Amino acid sequence: MTLAALRKGQVFPLVVGIGTLVIIFVAIEALIRINVINRYIVPMPSQILGAFERVIVEEEIPARFWLTFKEALIASTMITIVGISIGVLLFRVNLLRRACETWVAAMASAPTVLMYPLFLVIFGRSMWTIIMMGFVAGLPPVILKTIEGFLGTRRVLINVGKSFNLTSRQLFIKIMFPAALPTIFVGVRLGLIFTLINIVGVEFLINFGGLGQLINDLAERYDLPGTYAAICFVILVSVCFFVFTERVEKWLRPAD
Amino acid sequence: MVSVSASTNHADENASRAAKSAEAILVVNDIVKHFETPDGVLTAVDHVTFDVKPGEFVGVIGPSGCGKSTLFNIIGGLLDGYEGRVSVGGETVTGPHPAIGMIFQEESTFPWRTVIDNVAFPLEIAGMPKAQRLEKARHFVALVGLSGFENRYPSELSGGMRQRVSLARTLASEPKILLMDEPFASLDEQTRLLLGDKVLQIQQELKQTTLLITHNITEAVQLADRILVMTYRPGRLKRTVEIKLPRPRSSEIVSSEDFGRYVAQIWSDLREEASRGMKDDESHLLHAGEYHS
Repeated sequence: MTLAALRKGQVFPLVVGIGTLVIIFVAIEALIRINVINRYIVPMPSQILGAFERVIVEEEIPARFWLTFKEALIASTMITIVGISIGVLLFRVNLLRRACETWVAAMASAPTVLMYPLFLVIFGRSMWTIIMMGFVAGLPPVILKTIEGFLGTRRVLINVGKSFNLTSRQLFIKIMFPAALPTIFVGVRLGLIFTLINIVGVEFLINFGGLGQLINDLAERYDLPGTYAAICFVILVSVCFFVFTERVEKWLRPAD
Repeated sequence: MVSVSASTNHADENASRAAKSAEAILVVNDIVKHFETPDGVLTAVDHVTFDVKPGEFVGVIGPSGCGKSTLFNIIGGLLDGYEGRVSVGGETVTGPHPAIGMIFQEESTFPWRTVIDNVAFPLEIAGMPKAQRLEKARHFVALVGLSGFENRYPSELSGGMRQRVSLARTLASEPKILLMDEPFASLDEQTRLLLGDKVLQIQQELKQTTLLITHNITEAVQLADRILVMTYRPGRLKRTVEIKLPRPRSSEIVSSEDFGRYVAQIWSDLREEASRGMKDDESHLLHAGEYHS
């Protein structure tokens, strides 16, 4: 592949992505300016852009961003460690899997955010209420996808391991875990989405701090450009985590 | 000329079998395997006995459903609950045996490992130091003709190249017996013939004892010294065909007159079995259709 083609391969999708976003923003701006979209409901993208500096300076964005980021980091580390461990346990103990898998699946679709008063009682109005809410919401997809990943390991790969006289521990570490990794990562990404939604949602609900609380404050002040600018910072937290998980996956499975 | 040996005298047969077994590296003795199915007990392999001498290339051929893969799994130690005995160098096989290297029908490279890391896998398991195992793995990568592809991942290779990686990985474990279950089944005919050449060349170089399980007559005649023809369900040994084609061989031999005769001879044995298998499948589908309607 030539250098030009390589550049084209890397740069072109990025340009198309940013270009599409710019076109959408320009279209929204135009629709608001010609009064097709109500400007009192949706602020103009140019106003949102202008609100960034004000929000960063006046609303302590770095501290809020760090708090939300920290909560998301702790919760996502917890869902990864605990979720994969429970997934492995349920995979290995057939009876336990048959007994619990449906419950875990039901938990994945349950609106756990409504349990926040219970968590407030247990952990008080603290960062841990928010982290635990994020943890509970993000855990089921990691467990389910870990089970799916291990169950989906191709029989022939296990047979290859057996033909080389691998111990069951070696079989698990050298073959089953790497084979299951892509599916486990799908679970971790799904878990991250649920975790982040719940973290920002509970920050919003219990008015504790972080970007969720800021969105609530700005919305109550009817500062719509500021609200949307704050939402952009939540998206930035999400982007940080997705880039990080992508890097980790690429490091663990460079061929994918 | 085609030479087909089918013993008739049981006493002679037993005496000759005992003599052969003494010098054989692999002895498969009176294997019977039943499976429980919803339709009742199915006998997949029925009193199969044969042996393989060191350096010999033996092919086992039979129609689909004759228990070839069951036999492969039993010899490889992946399947238990059978009657009879499999032994390697006099030692009974009770599970995967280090002297037996297996190559599977399905694509079996590890997609998360490069070619060199795939081939070095059994050496890594054996605890060989990294530098040493990579050097040895490079030798086997070269042996299967994949030099230059060491750092590629399986997803970047063709189906034939991936099967060569599997072959190199198994050879790297230096098995006394190479056990192959339709290793080229998923490949096109040209690639299959060329890979056959590669296997012949490696077998020649390493004097590797090989047991090839296949349903492809051309492949079996191209590669084997001796072909065991199996019957359709239950899988029994129907006939042994000695392939007296000259060695070293290559895929060019497929155009020879003798090759054609061997293929015709084996097909005449297999045809009846394959027809039985086809009728059996059709009958099953018919009954399933009646059941559903």
